[in-house]
Amino acid sequence: MTTAVLEPEATKEAKKTFRKVAIYGKGGIGKATTTQNTVAALAEMGRKVMVVGCDPKADSTRLLLGGLAQRTVLDSLREEGEDLELEDIMKEGYGNTLCTESGGPEPGVGCAGRGIITSINMLEQLGAYEDDKELDYAFYDVLGDVVCGGFAMPIREGKAEEIYIVVSGEMMAMYAANNICKGIVKFAEAGGVRLGGLICNSRNVDREEDLIVELARQLGTQMIHFVPRNNDVQRAEIKRKTVIDWDPECSQADEYRALAKAIDANEKFVVPTPLEIEQLEELLIKFGMFN
Amino acid sequence: MSTEKPSLEELKEEMVSAYPSKVAKKRAGQILLNDVAEDGTVPEIKANTRSTPGIITQRGCCYAGCKGVVLGPTRDIVNLVHGPIGCSFYAWLTRRNQTRPPTEESDNFINYMFSTDMQDNEIIFGGEKKLAEAIREVYDNFKPRAIGVFSTCPVGLIGDDVHAVSRKMSEELGINIFGFSCEGYKGVSQSAGHHIANNQLFKHVIGRGTEAPEGKFRVNLLGEYNIGGDAFVLEDIFERCGITLCSTFSGNSSIDQFERSHLADLNLVMCHRSINYIAEMIENKYGTPWFKVNFIGPDGSAKALRKIAEYFDDDELRANVEKVIAEEMVAVEKAKALYTPRLQGKKAMLFVGGSRAHHYQDLFAEVGMETVSAGYEFAHRDDYEGRDVLHSIKVDADSRNIEELTVTADPEEYRPENADIKQSREEAGMAFSDYDGMMPEMKKGSLIIDDISEHETEILLKKVKPDIFCAGIKEKYGVQKFGIPCKQLHSYDYGGPYAGFSGAVNFFRDIDRMVNASVWKHLKAPWAKGA
Repeated sequence: MTTAVLEPEATKEAKKTFRKVAIYGKGGIGKATTTQNTVAALAEMGRKVMVVGCDPKADSTRLLLGGLAQRTVLDSLREEGEDLELEDIMKEGYGNTLCTESGGPEPGVGCAGRGIITSINMLEQLGAYEDDKELDYAFYDVLGDVVCGGFAMPIREGKAEEIYIVVSGEMMAMYAANNICKGIVKFAEAGGVRLGGLICNSRNVDREEDLIVELARQLGTQMIHFVPRNNDVQRAEIKRKTVIDWDPECSQADEYRALAKAIDANEKFVVPTPLEIEQLEELLIKFGMFN
Repeated sequence: MSTEKPSLEELKEEMVSAYPSKVAKKRAGQILLNDVAEDGTVPEIKANTRSTPGIITQRGCCYAGCKGVVLGPTRDIVNLVHGPIGCSFYAWLTRRNQTRPPTEESDNFINYMFSTDMQDNEIIFGGEKKLAEAIREVYDNFKPRAIGVFSTCPVGLIGDDVHAVSRKMSEELGINIFGFSCEGYKGVSQSAGHHIANNQLFKHVIGRGTEAPEGKFRVNLLGEYNIGGDAFVLEDIFERCGITLCSTFSGNSSIDQFERSHLADLNLVMCHRSINYIAEMIENKYGTPWFKVNFIGPDGSAKALRKIAEYFDDDELRANVEKVIAEEMVAVEKAKALYTPRLQGKKAMLFVGGSRAHHYQDLFAEVGMETVSAGYEFAHRDDYEGRDVLHSIKVDADSRNIEELTVTADPEEYRPENADIKQSREEAGMAFSDYDGMMPEMKKGSLIIDDISEHETEILLKKVKPDIFCAGIKEKYGVQKFGIPCKQLHSYDYGGPYAGFSGAVNFFRDIDRMVNASVWKHLKAPWAKGA
């Protein structure tokens, strides 16, 4: 806290701009890919970012680290017991990003939700969020379906304050986005969590952009960026890289830069107004899906 | 203070008026004035339903009923709790059940507590591996004949398969290992745990034995848990009468007794609520008839012994039974003569168990004490109204959640001769598969309360002022703060035995000590007004 004595104003400023962001969305929609590519763009802008993977598969930081080499918080906890240090579970990735993975049990055993709760508590205990880390952002990449309390951990009081939902023009993706909004409403009452917007990760559905803009409007939020479908994302993934890392000149890299910029400048944080299922269906009919 | 005693109707009104209307309506169905019609029918009571959150109930959980009540008293099955240490520790029955191993070398694990001590790690990654390790550790250290694995709540939440692990370890170690899905949250009370325990014992233990003990009249005593040494008293009586105990479920018991229990000729059911399932299943599969007995109180004990003699229809047995009763009654009559003048007219209340609140009324009656209000903690309607109402009990989601085994006659081991004896005795007027319940035997106008709450208890204590209140440890000190002695009938306050004839003598003495103790007069603080 010596800096606080020397530069009280600056520290206050820095503290204020530490933003905790959670990315939600239907399973397979591209949360991990979108998060890492966006984080790479933020890092390129000079922001200090920490990524916390909250998926038992532990693949939320693969592109930033150039592989799955990361030992998870829960694995370390099991093996190291009480002697755990932050360095054991946090690795530096692309653009000085700090990467950590919660990890969790094999599919079908134990309780992955409890694992995430334990893991995030552990990160706090170890001081991952302390001022000396001088973080601008912490990103939580959460398992697609918020099946239990554990997966809502990142949006409980004092954790992530803003949420972006990755969505596409497909019915089930929108349905999931709407459900997540219901969860946000619940936690918004208790804590300070707000919805920052929808990120459309395009699946080349007809009139997709219009559809998501309208969905966002009805939810009381915004479509913060439309990420077009581009196979460069897959090409970069095969190389275990983000698009910016793989080919900073390609057009898709600019899309993620635009998304990062929009998030960085975002000031529209709302408690969403979830839709009834009938409203959601009407929306799809209106945009020609049911023809 | 008014000298006018409130009517029981008014008491009920006062009890339920404190509740929100929906709760009041529900509780009103569980609180009723006993009214025995000429034909013996009694009003319908609501029982075995969920306790309302916020109400302080006496009830325990499913795990408590399975691990603690039914399996707890067995000495040589290792009861391994799969769960966090708290569930294990607080179900460590340090003094409740007594047991007497036949030799010093015989297995006796009653004083131990076995637990997998689940930690964060097992909750997250699953606890099956640790369970398997714990089973192996138990085996390496104790070489038991059998291990029972008991599931606590978190096991059900994370989906550990205790049955699969038990099966696998049973194959590996070559001993009988079986699991119980008795997670605490199941059912509405410990009653669900009793049922689950019955099912698993029937599936994994009963019927594996091949040799019955020598003896002409072989019986099983079901629902006797050797609280305070009750089983020792009954074993002595049986032996002197010439009745051979094939097994007891589960006071002073061992696994070989359970395994051979299907070879007995007759099942005697003490605690109908906790064990009737096994009695029914044994009859269906092996043809062994059962009837209800009550060995609490000399009168009930004598009746039960005479009924056993009648069932076997043997003069020598009859003579032995009469001889034993006569011998035992000497001390009982002496005690009654001593204690009746001291206890006559005193009022008792019984809120305990699934049969004790009924059984102990007989014992109080022997010394002239009246049970003015009673109720069970976890019983079902048949325990109140009698088994005649079984067909009309609605199966709800809570009871449907507990497995009901379908048992059919075993083609080889079913013994039709026992069914024949039953039939001929029935024709002669003997009752089988019978339990008339508590209410028909209670006075008209007594107050019956199912799953009594603390609030209702306090009203009874303040307004009716019983001379003694019988419940469990959770109630004991709350009751005694009202200046009314509370007798524990789950654990006997380390007293007992109270069963049979000599047990009754103990009971009269202990009740006299409590009811007539002068300490209750000095309960008020000296500075309190009107002290």
